[in-house]
Amino acid sequence: MNDAVPEVNLAVEQMNGVLKIQLSANASGAAGSPGVDVVRKALDAAPGVRGLRFECTEPIGWGSRTIAFVRDCADLSKERKLELREDGLPDGVQRLLRLAQAVPARKDAQRSADKPPFFQRLGERVLGSWEETWAMFRFLGDNILALFNLLRGRAQFRWADAFLAIQQCGPDSLGIIAMINFLVGLILAFVGAVQLRRFGASGYVADLVSLATLRETACTMTGIILCGRVGAAFAAQLGTMKVSEEIAAFQTFAISPIEFLVLPRMVALMLVMPFLCVFADLISISGGLLVAVSMLDISFTEYVSRVVHVVQLKSFLLGVVKASCFGFLVACAGCYRGMQSGKSAAAVGEATTKAVVTGITAIVAFDGVFAVLSNALNI
Amino acid sequence: MAFGSYVVMKNINSSVKQGSIFVVMGNSGSGKSTLLRHMVGLQAPSQGDVFYDGKSFWSTDDEARRAQLHKCGVLFQNGALWSSMTLAENVELPLVEYTDWPPADVRNVARLKLALVGLNGFEDYYPSEISGGMRTRAGLARAMALDPEILFFDEPSAGLDPITSRNLDRLILELRDSLGATVVVVTHELPSIFTIADDSIFLDADTKTIRAQGNPKELLQHSADAKLRAFLTRGEQTDGPTINSDLMKSAL
Repeated sequence: MNDAVPEVNLAVEQMNGVLKIQLSANASGAAGSPGVDVVRKALDAAPGVRGLRFECTEPIGWGSRTIAFVRDCADLSKERKLELREDGLPDGVQRLLRLAQAVPARKDAQRSADKPPFFQRLGERVLGSWEETWAMFRFLGDNILALFNLLRGRAQFRWADAFLAIQQCGPDSLGIIAMINFLVGLILAFVGAVQLRRFGASGYVADLVSLATLRETACTMTGIILCGRVGAAFAAQLGTMKVSEEIAAFQTFAISPIEFLVLPRMVALMLVMPFLCVFADLISISGGLLVAVSMLDISFTEYVSRVVHVVQLKSFLLGVVKASCFGFLVACAGCYRGMQSGKSAAAVGEATTKAVVTGITAIVAFDGVFAVLSNALNI
Repeated sequence: MAFGSYVVMKNINSSVKQGSIFVVMGNSGSGKSTLLRHMVGLQAPSQGDVFYDGKSFWSTDDEARRAQLHKCGVLFQNGALWSSMTLAENVELPLVEYTDWPPADVRNVARLKLALVGLNGFEDYYPSEISGGMRTRAGLARAMALDPEILFFDEPSAGLDPITSRNLDRLILELRDSLGATVVVVTHELPSIFTIADDSIFLDADTKTIRAQGNPKELLQHSADAKLRAFLTRGEQTDGPTINSDLMKSAL
């Protein structure tokens, strides 16, 4: 309510079994709102009271807080079965009071303020997590089935959508991928150089950078960048489509949203990621080259020949295969969160955040699986 | 009809006559749209089933359900057009997926459907480039793409001005008469209800079931149910069935 409207002063007085609530104008307007507790205390002190009556001795300037107070008094009188006389109130206040009381509170609509017991909350949390995990695996399974359908040529799939997604994931992402991977190569070489120089083994910086890049950093960093850039966009796109019922429209035409919406995005990322990984490999190794040439007095030819000497095809392929796998994970995370999104703006934002978190977690977890596997298989 | 343990509606038994316009009416939150979602395969009912031509919809396999859905067209609130496609592509997609027609025929049919709803010349517009009323009409063109036997409309007049809304009602009547389609409309827009409905059900959020069934005009004339009368007269009259003739005239 407007601050300029002065609130009222309150005086309570008991007379002939009726509690008189006297409201008068508050010239300062700075006092707090009139509280129903004063009335409650007065009623407690006078058990013989059978009714409540309002009185305004002078015209009062009333605001929402005054009406809220009057409504509280009305509730109190109902609670204690007292007769309420409103005729002493200004006409506007009476009308607003009647309006506020016109529709009784729906008991079943009110949310319980009680916190459920600890074990109930724990149980609900566990059941919720189990359902979410189950839904995630079902989504993963649906995607793999959709991929098989595509390979058999039976998927409801438009290559035009896949090419559009390829454009978004590939060429449009080259700049940020180049910058991040160049810096990572540079940092790897710099940190390595400081240590290797102490042992007089500066020449091995090329080995360090190239192996780390090919096997780990290029594919992982590219995956994480695409997760933030493309996975989030997928979640937002599909979440918004869910809000506007576009996904429901697909379902009513018996068109599978997984095949029509998720599959093109997944195929795009799986196809593009290996190429982006090779691009990231080259850029990152170039970053190392810059440090090697400028700080370690290693010549360009020497650096390149060491890279060529140390790099094995299996390390290169490991990175490329990992990249494609990360592409699958990023697409799954983004699309899954988008498809699971609620139907509000906040829910779409939450889906986007969850997509990035899920994607990055999945990349790091699967990177660990790859590390164990490659060690076991001696790759 | 339920969400978890919260029951929205129970004991919903009704049938829709072929070739008629059937209106599901009720106050906001009474479960009209949820009932529609059960009918068009978006949400399985917690109990019970939907039958088309006497054949079960929810107790059958996915393939049969998909086959039934091909006979249905759904118009969502505000059209729910696929935003990354032009209007023509929106109408073409179901045709591409479910017919083996050559691309030229598909394009032609899509243009025809858009022309039927008055969107001739807007084929290459994206949904974001046209008005709300046009989007609803384009949604209708898409719903008609596969020449469905049954058309479902979810609050078609929501957010439309009275003239556009009235034109849409005329269009619905025209389509029913010319295509012979059965139409199921979920709405609480009184002018639409009185203009188009052959038959209707009135859902009540308090009793959580069907409160009245029949032609809305006849219900208004003969029903003594205060709640239904209040709904059909915008709360102006709850006693009946003798009613104020001016009110009746304005309602009808």
